[in-house]
Amino acid sequence: MKQFWKSMLRSPSGVIGLIILLLAISVAVFGPMLFPNSPWRMVQRPFLPPFTLSAVPLGTDALGRDVFAGMIFGARVSLLVGLVSTLVALVVGVPIGAMAGYFGGKVDDALMRFTEFFQTIPSFALAIVLVAILQPSIYSIVASIAVVSWPPVARLVRGEVLSLRTREYVQAAVVTGQSNSWIILREILPNALSPVIVLASLMVATAILLESSLAFLGLGDPNLISWGYMVGAGRTVIRQAWWITVFPGVAILISVLGLNLIGEGLNDALNPRLSREGR
Amino acid sequence: MPKRVLLGLLLACGLTAPALAQEPKTGGVINAVIQPEPPGLMLAQVQNGPTQMVSGNIFEGLLRYSPKLEPLPELAESWSVSEDAKIYTFKLKKGVTWHDGKPFTAADVLFSMEMLKQTHARARTNLAQVDKIETPDDYTVVFTLKQPFGPFLGIFEVGSMPMVPKHLYEGTDWKTNPYNNAPVGTGPFMFKEWQKGSFIRLVKNPNYHEKGKPYLDEIYWQIIPDAAARSVAYETGKVDVLPGGSVENFDVPRLSKLKDTCVTGAGWEFFSPLSWLWLNNRQGPLADKRVRQAVMYAIDRDFAKDVIWNGLGKVATGPSASTIKYYTDDVKKYPYDPAKAKALLKEAGYKGEKIRLLPLAYGETWQRWGEAVKQNLQDVGMTIETIATDVAGGNQKIGDWDYDIAFTYLYQYGDPALGVGRNYISSNIAKGQVFNNVEGYSNPEIDKLFADGATATPDSKRKEIYDKAQKILVEDVPVAWMLELQFPTITRCKVKNLITTGIGVNDGFKDAWLDK
Repeated sequence: MKQFWKSMLRSPSGVIGLIILLLAISVAVFGPMLFPNSPWRMVQRPFLPPFTLSAVPLGTDALGRDVFAGMIFGARVSLLVGLVSTLVALVVGVPIGAMAGYFGGKVDDALMRFTEFFQTIPSFALAIVLVAILQPSIYSIVASIAVVSWPPVARLVRGEVLSLRTREYVQAAVVTGQSNSWIILREILPNALSPVIVLASLMVATAILLESSLAFLGLGDPNLISWGYMVGAGRTVIRQAWWITVFPGVAILISVLGLNLIGEGLNDALNPRLSREGR
Repeated sequence: MPKRVLLGLLLACGLTAPALAQEPKTGGVINAVIQPEPPGLMLAQVQNGPTQMVSGNIFEGLLRYSPKLEPLPELAESWSVSEDAKIYTFKLKKGVTWHDGKPFTAADVLFSMEMLKQTHARARTNLAQVDKIETPDDYTVVFTLKQPFGPFLGIFEVGSMPMVPKHLYEGTDWKTNPYNNAPVGTGPFMFKEWQKGSFIRLVKNPNYHEKGKPYLDEIYWQIIPDAAARSVAYETGKVDVLPGGSVENFDVPRLSKLKDTCVTGAGWEFFSPLSWLWLNNRQGPLADKRVRQAVMYAIDRDFAKDVIWNGLGKVATGPSASTIKYYTDDVKKYPYDPAKAKALLKEAGYKGEKIRLLPLAYGETWQRWGEAVKQNLQDVGMTIETIATDVAGGNQKIGDWDYDIAFTYLYQYGDPALGVGRNYISSNIAKGQVFNNVEGYSNPEIDKLFADGATATPDSKRKEIYDKAQKILVEDVPVAWMLELQFPTITRCKVKNLITTGIGVNDGFKDAWLDK
């Protein structure tokens, strides 16, 4: 573990990514405490440009709502959706991939055809359809993002398991009569985890983008403010008021960038060849 | 008749004399925006605003109306009223054919009335006063009323009373008739194709019964779901006509200033759209009158007018728009007063029960308005959950009474007996409709007042009755009235005579022509 942090902190991109993520998380967690008012509240005259009033530093939107407050509350939704949907995707994808890789044969065939069924549909289109059918709400959004993002996890895990399955220590475990689930959970998965963690960090970024895109198209949860919603709502007035779209857009950019950097850092840190051979 | 139409043109467009002297030119294609995409085009069964706008070209009514709401001939070329004001005789125009070539006769009128009574809630109400309809010959229709009905001549506009072809509908299941998807009417334009999500194409009816009309060859109703894209489509010349309400309000001033652009507020006299919130009177906190009053006090309607509607329109005082007959503002007033709203909620014992709010899926303006109202209501302590939905989904929920608060705007049709009473009388409570008494308000006194008001004579008596009805309604708040809406129509100046009647763009483009 110590080794991991050491190499993680040695990679500059990882450090920058971590800083951005920590910042975003602390904004999401503590921000709403500093801004007790709902971000939907109309606080000032509409279309107030940024940097004119210290009370609304980033200006106001078409209804006079505080853009800054919206960004802070939006961080919560974006991060939450990103993390939870990734978690759900992992919970679905890892077991399917592990079983397919471990048991092989018909089980593998069945599970992989099932996975391919999802992979053949363009993921964003599928997400739109799902949200539209289920009615937009935070749950349907998380569910649809999870549904479109688990197949890569399953494929990755399957590949890892396939190669680990033939290792001697696994075969030893089989010979000693360990149960299949014990072997998968205790012997194989821990060793297959590194690439999954890297993938997961990138999935969070993708999920944030997906949520933003959905909200941008008006398929966000109408009761929760999110960055994508702000960009979508401000887009029609972009000629009159650039700031309504630009600031949340930058927030999306930075947080997605941060997560990608973390992914890179993790990749460096978790890859034994790169990290431990004294870079 | 030409004189009357000419007068109508003048009044509607505010056109100058030289413009009128111009001879209309034939030919050309108009691209107009339709927003949102209509759920269907069979006007006798679907009465959403966009449906009326497109189908007003395909179907026709017996009459149309001038901006001053005087009747003008359309499928009926003349009409007379008996001494006792109970028998109305319409002489139909001869030589009118349906788009498939079959002649239009009194039998079609009779059949249309039968269908409309079942499929068109407003027509049903309007026709409730009719005792019998007779057709002594193929071109005469005689309506005998149970009693005098003041606004009777005002119910024959195409959206209220579209004529449907008997030979295509008789004996079929009307709801699933294939002609619902490719409607056949008598109008100046014929349905050609509908690329869902893209455009609806109408082509000139070469056998139209008014010689020389229509002037245009084709109309493309462009479906552009995005508000900014609609503005851009106009700016880049992709569309030439932006009917009222099709671009966002904050774009109106900018587009109006463009070169060769004409803007008019005319063409809404007949409709006088009034927006309100349906409040579900049946269940939950809103069943309590005090909570409904609190809603009125809690909502900042001046803000809505100034910010969301860019100063267009007028704060409503009650069930009648100020432009229609017998309007009075001598009613209880509901200024923006959050403190009073809170007090009323407390008095009613409201404890934060969840209230579902259904915005209108008609674009950005309505979405923003939904958000503003939600915030207003939350500010006084109500727990509001917005339900996101599209137009069809919203209609479904409202029709099933599966909502607490829902946005709408409805037309008033010039007379309280036509456009106002229908939303409050208890005989108009029926599942599955999105207009009329959706809120479930039931008050025998109001029922009686509106019943009397429709038949009373003279006018002063009617006024007295409607004054009283407005007072009671405003006290009871069956729905929360918001704004009298204003929808400017923006067109390229080369589009002439687009709006010639009080029904405006919804009356079809038969007089419109392009000055190339």
